[in-house]
Amino acid sequence: MTPTTRRAPDAGALGATTSSPTGRAVDAAGGPTAYRQTRDTRPIALQLDGVTKHFGNVEAVRGLDLAVRQGEVVAFLGPNGAGKTTTIDMILGLAEPTTGSARVFGLEPHEAIRRGLVTAVMQTGGLLKDLTVRETVDYIASLFPNSRPAAEAMAAAGIEDIADRRVGKCSGGEQQRLRFAIALVSDPEFIILDEPTTGMDVTSRRAFWERIHADAQQGRTVLFATHYLEEADAYADRVVLMSQGQIVADGTAAEIKARTVGRTLRATWANADTDPAVPTLRTLPGVHDVEVRGDTVLVHTTDSDAAARHLLTNTPAHDLEITARGLEDAFIALTTQEH
Amino acid sequence: MSTLDLTAHPAARAGFSVALMRIELRRLLRNKRTMIFTLVFPIAMLLIVNSTIPKDQQSMGPGIVANVGAYLMVSMALYGVVMAATTGGASVSIERASGWSRQLRLTPLNPTAYIMFKILSALVLAAIALAAAYGVGAALGIASMAAISWAESALVIFLGATVFAAFGLFMGYLIPSDNVMQFVGPMMAILGFLGGLFQGPVDTSTVMGTIQSWTPIYGLAQIAHWPLTRTTAGAYATFDKWWIVNLAAWGLVFIAGAVWRFRRDTARV
Repeated sequence: MTPTTRRAPDAGALGATTSSPTGRAVDAAGGPTAYRQTRDTRPIALQLDGVTKHFGNVEAVRGLDLAVRQGEVVAFLGPNGAGKTTTIDMILGLAEPTTGSARVFGLEPHEAIRRGLVTAVMQTGGLLKDLTVRETVDYIASLFPNSRPAAEAMAAAGIEDIADRRVGKCSGGEQQRLRFAIALVSDPEFIILDEPTTGMDVTSRRAFWERIHADAQQGRTVLFATHYLEEADAYADRVVLMSQGQIVADGTAAEIKARTVGRTLRATWANADTDPAVPTLRTLPGVHDVEVRGDTVLVHTTDSDAAARHLLTNTPAHDLEITARGLEDAFIALTTQEH
Repeated sequence: MSTLDLTAHPAARAGFSVALMRIELRRLLRNKRTMIFTLVFPIAMLLIVNSTIPKDQQSMGPGIVANVGAYLMVSMALYGVVMAATTGGASVSIERASGWSRQLRLTPLNPTAYIMFKILSALVLAAIALAAAYGVGAALGIASMAAISWAESALVIFLGATVFAAFGLFMGYLIPSDNVMQFVGPMMAILGFLGGLFQGPVDTSTVMGTIQSWTPIYGLAQIAHWPLTRTTAGAYATFDKWWIVNLAAWGLVFIAGAVWRFRRDTARV
């Protein structure tokens, strides 16, 4: 757990990596992100370089570059079919990238698995119904040389009271906590959770995340995939937004929110499509996009007051309408845009 | 830039342990269907059929030490063992269907070690079935034969179990189901009949007997019963090399099939 100056033979190459977002990815807030990436000296837990994955003619993942540092809690957010699960499979060595490379602590995924550095809580399946909860944890624990005591992992996952229950008789939420326990028992540096709260009710979902959060505070790196915006918001230090096999935004939850939440101002502006004053609207505080449709101007901003004041006092715009963009709408807008 | 101290995270060995075997066996022994086919049914058959053998027809022939009860016990032990080995091997199907084998790929357990572990647990279950049938046969005085014949027949049955563990693996990989024994169980019963486990010695001069002599359990059944032909003078009946050909040929088919499916299954990356 303690970062040291000792270097693994093949980790040297990582030192040279700047890990800047790709040209394609929209850096939600370049300044703070760049600051974190250049000044943060924690070891890199995950490094994806130009990762693509094709299934026949289908491009499930289209060029991912991502660096996750040790101790970060990262949400992999995106709608179904965005390529989250495929990416996770490649990080875990369950699938091989078509091009590019995935490295976990500088190692091939298989090697990282063999060393017990990384493990995952899968979305569904992966449990034997005829084993008890305790047997399941013991089974997995027995496969690792330096596993934690099974009782400790069960307590951390909150399933010690159902230890003797058959897995087949456990509820969906209990099975999910069991998956978490078997991930914890190997005491990995890095845990990946693929849609871990699918099928849970609100209460168990909240309880589940509180446990994950408590665990992550001890310095474990966590990457979780979700399509629930509020989960990413509440539990991640950093949100990586994926859509159609690409990263479309990468930043803290607050930064992503600032980008996705906001208001749209709609005004009539004669000859807006040729007026040179229109593009300068982009320099207003909070404005992240300006659209022109004939004589109509649409300004997407997080500071609607400033934009409204400017439009009505300094420009020929009139008939102003201001509409709030819902969190959900903004998310959809961001993840369905053309690339 | 600092990096993680990898020396604190050595690569694990294959990942086999006694704890793992204990859980796996407990799991197999807890399965009612498995227990019925590998223990209850063979022993019940042994007791029932034995009770129908008249006292004056206990002899296997002039000078032969073993009695008919011994012949029956070997047949039923073999049935239980073959069922146990196949069930153990076929359990890979359940683990694949449930996604457990995918979960195991997130551990240091490598696929070859996993398959060795499945074979080993199938053989332990087979040994339990063998010990149970022989134990009942000996304790109740059903079977009597020369001491060496007990050992020889038991050894043949146990070694033969490996062929059927391979058969179980082959079927387990071939049939994607969480209850593969639903198909394989009845198949084994039919093969048991054809192999001659529910009758006296197979007469290969008949058409039926000839057909039987080509089926998978036949060779092993004949070899397992052969030690029982030992006479008081220590002589044995003629050993037919065909039995070995039968067992070896089916063994190769099953092992090749299991390896083929196993390779396909693990070739994913």
